[in-house]
Amino acid sequence: MNLTLKVWRQKNAQDQGSFATYAVRDISPDMSFLEMMDVLNEQLIAQGVESVVFDHDCREGICGMCSMFINGEAHGPDRGVTTCQLHMRKFKDGDTITVEPWRAKAFPVVRDLMVDRSAFDRIIQAGGYVSVNTMGNLPDANATPIEKHDADAAFDAATCIGCGACVATCKNASAMLFVSAKVSQFALLPQGQVEAADRVRNMVHQMDLEGFGNCTNTGACEVECPKGISIENIARMNREYLKASITA
Amino acid sequence: MSSQRGLFGSSLARKYWMALTGLFLITFLVVHLLGNLTIVFGTGEDFNAYAAFMTSFPPIKIVSYLLYASIVLHAADGIVLARQNRAARPVAYGTYNGAANAGWASRNMALLGIFTLLFILVHMKSFWFEMHFGTLGLDAKGNKDLFTLTTAAFEQVWYTAFYVVAMVALGFHLWHGFQSAFQTLGWTHPTYTPIVQFVGRAFAVLVCGAFALIPLYVLISPNV
Repeated sequence: MNLTLKVWRQKNAQDQGSFATYAVRDISPDMSFLEMMDVLNEQLIAQGVESVVFDHDCREGICGMCSMFINGEAHGPDRGVTTCQLHMRKFKDGDTITVEPWRAKAFPVVRDLMVDRSAFDRIIQAGGYVSVNTMGNLPDANATPIEKHDADAAFDAATCIGCGACVATCKNASAMLFVSAKVSQFALLPQGQVEAADRVRNMVHQMDLEGFGNCTNTGACEVECPKGISIENIARMNREYLKASITA
Repeated sequence: MSSQRGLFGSSLARKYWMALTGLFLITFLVVHLLGNLTIVFGTGEDFNAYAAFMTSFPPIKIVSYLLYASIVLHAADGIVLARQNRAARPVAYGTYNGAANAGWASRNMALLGIFTLLFILVHMKSFWFEMHFGTLGLDAKGNKDLFTLTTAAFEQVWYTAFYVVAMVALGFHLWHGFQSAFQTLGWTHPTYTPIVQFVGRAFAVLVCGAFALIPLYVLISPNV
């Protein structure tokens, strides 16, 4: 496959940035999108041009690092995949592909396609954990019975890899899908109940402070989420926050 | 974004107020439509009697103040939220395929809302203001003759055209807004949410469709 790439180049957070157009040749349809980007970078290095900076780590869809906005969609046109799982066979020979970084006030561009997603870490620090005092004898985990339905729903929420595709794709750059998944994974389990009210209030408060937008319930986030996190979690967070605001 | 917590100021709280006021305004649409149907199925005097009842019956008057407050709150809160949403993405994408993952109505709620607000202002000037503060003649039963004013307005093609376009905008607003309010308040359920979605969309089409057909009926019918 021969492709034309329109890639966002930006030297640093202060730089204005602009698109650069590159041609890549002989791309295998079996390559992942990141491998295609590797080919581009090797080509750029051979030409003496600075390579394109992009986040990537595990390259098997579980770390959440690869974060590219491809042809107007987070992680490109495929569903339920990260960019490393996106294959070039999803594109046609001769295509022009636009590659951009996540765009959000809360995700400032570090360089080229790499953005700073530490806002997510600060939201987790605000309450996305269970405080456990480990002194004394801990009960066995299986000594606490949990309904199968709740256990499954909590696990589904916990599969969120924090990639930020929800923010990137949301027309409001809202982080509600991420925050609601992190709230839900604890809200559904008995261990999470103790700090439930403080957790949801503090995490939503931090989310607002970070400058994410508000939810318009468009549902775009759950379509683009590589892990298929449902907006049912947002409804649960809305319930949890309402409950916490009224009772506490 | 706001740094406040609780039921005021936070992103979620603002959404709760949007949902609650939105649902209240939806219930009002039903009452308003029932009155308007007297234009088609009743006489001019029936319509005038309905208008007189709506402006004089004390419990309705109390609800009407709640209604005005809801319109203002829904619009003001919506504008604040929309401005925050724009600020949350200061640099736009070069290519953004919004249609790939979300419906048109859900992506244009602010635009549809602003147009609906514009319509409400024109609508209230045309009828509400005239009913309350204008100089209307009286009909045979001694009620203010809002009917003659209303039908005269609807005989004008441009007015009816504006009215119909506004009802289409409101229809799209409710197409998304009805079920969105339930989601925002956390009222979701695997069994009931699909029903709420269906009812919301049927409501948007039927109620806004009926509203739009009334001025068209007046415009086309030689008897009114």
